[in-house]
Amino acid sequence: MVCDVCKKSDATIYLTQIVEGKMQKVNLCEGCAKEKGVSDPTGFAMADLLLGLGATQQIERGQTSQRCPVCGFTQADFKKTGRLGCSACYDTFADGLANLLKGMHKGLKHTGKMPAKLSRRYAMADRVKSLETELHQAVQDEKYEDAARLRDEIQKLEHELQA
Amino acid sequence: MTFDDIVAKPGQWLQGEGPHGKIVVSSRIRFARNLKDRPFPGWAKKAERLQILGEISDHVAAIPTMDDSFNASLADLPALQKQILVERHLVSREHASKSAGSAVVISHDQQLSIMINEEDHLRMQSLLPGLQLREAYKINNDADLFLEDRLPYAFHPDLGYLTACPTNVGTGLRASAMVHLPGLVLSEQINQIVNSVGKIGLAVRGLYGEGTEALGNLFQVSNQTTLGEAEEEIIDRLVKVIEQVIEHEQNARQTLLERRANMLLDQIGRAYGILGQARSIASKEALNLLSIVKLGADLGIFPEPTQLAVDELFMTTQPAHLQLGVKQEKLSPEERDTLRADLVRAKVKQIPEPNIAKVTTTTNGNGKKK
Repeated sequence: MVCDVCKKSDATIYLTQIVEGKMQKVNLCEGCAKEKGVSDPTGFAMADLLLGLGATQQIERGQTSQRCPVCGFTQADFKKTGRLGCSACYDTFADGLANLLKGMHKGLKHTGKMPAKLSRRYAMADRVKSLETELHQAVQDEKYEDAARLRDEIQKLEHELQA
Repeated sequence: MTFDDIVAKPGQWLQGEGPHGKIVVSSRIRFARNLKDRPFPGWAKKAERLQILGEISDHVAAIPTMDDSFNASLADLPALQKQILVERHLVSREHASKSAGSAVVISHDQQLSIMINEEDHLRMQSLLPGLQLREAYKINNDADLFLEDRLPYAFHPDLGYLTACPTNVGTGLRASAMVHLPGLVLSEQINQIVNSVGKIGLAVRGLYGEGTEALGNLFQVSNQTTLGEAEEEIIDRLVKVIEQVIEHEQNARQTLLERRANMLLDQIGRAYGILGQARSIASKEALNLLSIVKLGADLGIFPEPTQLAVDELFMTTQPAHLQLGVKQEKLSPEERDTLRADLVRAKVKQIPEPNIAKVTTTTNGNGKKK
């Protein structure tokens, strides 16, 4: 059997991992196994390894020659390293990453904690949205006093959001 | 705190027993965090890495639990010291290979260690003895709450904390426990356990050694996925699974005592004999035999302090720790094996011979029979 990474040498290391009932298999030659950190089981996850193989092709399908506007990272770089360039890459390569993440995680929506600063901001942004709906309704109902009060409140919140 | 302080006083996880300490050696929680719109360490140029390190390091040092911490740039740490920190589980193997632009800050009690510019800008990990994942989470979370006020974290409303590797995105949390499972290995049930834990999205791997081989019967159980589940859910699920693994291990030990006592006592006696007499011993053999002596101590065949002595040997017989004790330039593998045997012999001499009477009383006496 030929090594899945270099596709040249004979594979001597066969790895099987079962995640959520799905079986993943990778065959590696000694050199590639060492390079991918398979010899250090504490720092090794199958998914990391798979990133260097089939997974990168999923990203390719999403974009062709895109370059991250923030850090200059390209999908070719991802193929080489299995790591992204910066946090903005998650937006740049969003389409391809969605497929990749689906196979890797339990869900696609973060449900855990978030920085308190941000959670206050998100709450404020939500409040602005609902006030805007109210404002729209007030204008339609010709309740101009209410509308003026709502407009002031929205402006105040937006000012805070920008700060 | 200096490097010598760390060497002189190993972390609590190596010294004291925590809850379920006979089977769960240690619990570890790791968070991955990054700065918004800045290149991740693997993609950043050296100058950028240095700049990011400068922006982060003062804040890390200011964390209340980091009072009187050990604080070092990887560029200034000699290779041997890096290796010692790896063997103490205070720094990852990957981080130890870094130099300029990376740093590590370790709390005075060695429970919290923060790596700057590892694979992510920040890798915070807390380490406690026994099964204490929730307690370790709290230590990490307190540090995280302190830093999130001061640093612009990369956070996405849908994807959560953004990380260099997509396998860590979301919570950026890796929770893991190091478990000692000689009973399951001796009774050949370990593969079954590894497979069934794997099926529910958790990973079990050997701690030392290559591939699936687990030296010293030590395994690491950890979560595999980080997105789509809250931190508490991940930890709760892991704790439940570990509690089941503990139960299986206890049952396996009990069954071995009842049905294959002679085989078990033979193994323990041989391990004690070899460790007490060997003049040259490789790391692999030492780890495996020490694991069996530790099992003997758990079963009451050796007196109480034996566990501690064995846990200490697990660490002090590793290459960098052996090298640290000698003045010589660099030990050859043969010299290391000799030195390791000397160290083990000296310790094992202090342990009295296996007391088999202890076993027979515990198996027949207290109604533990199934």
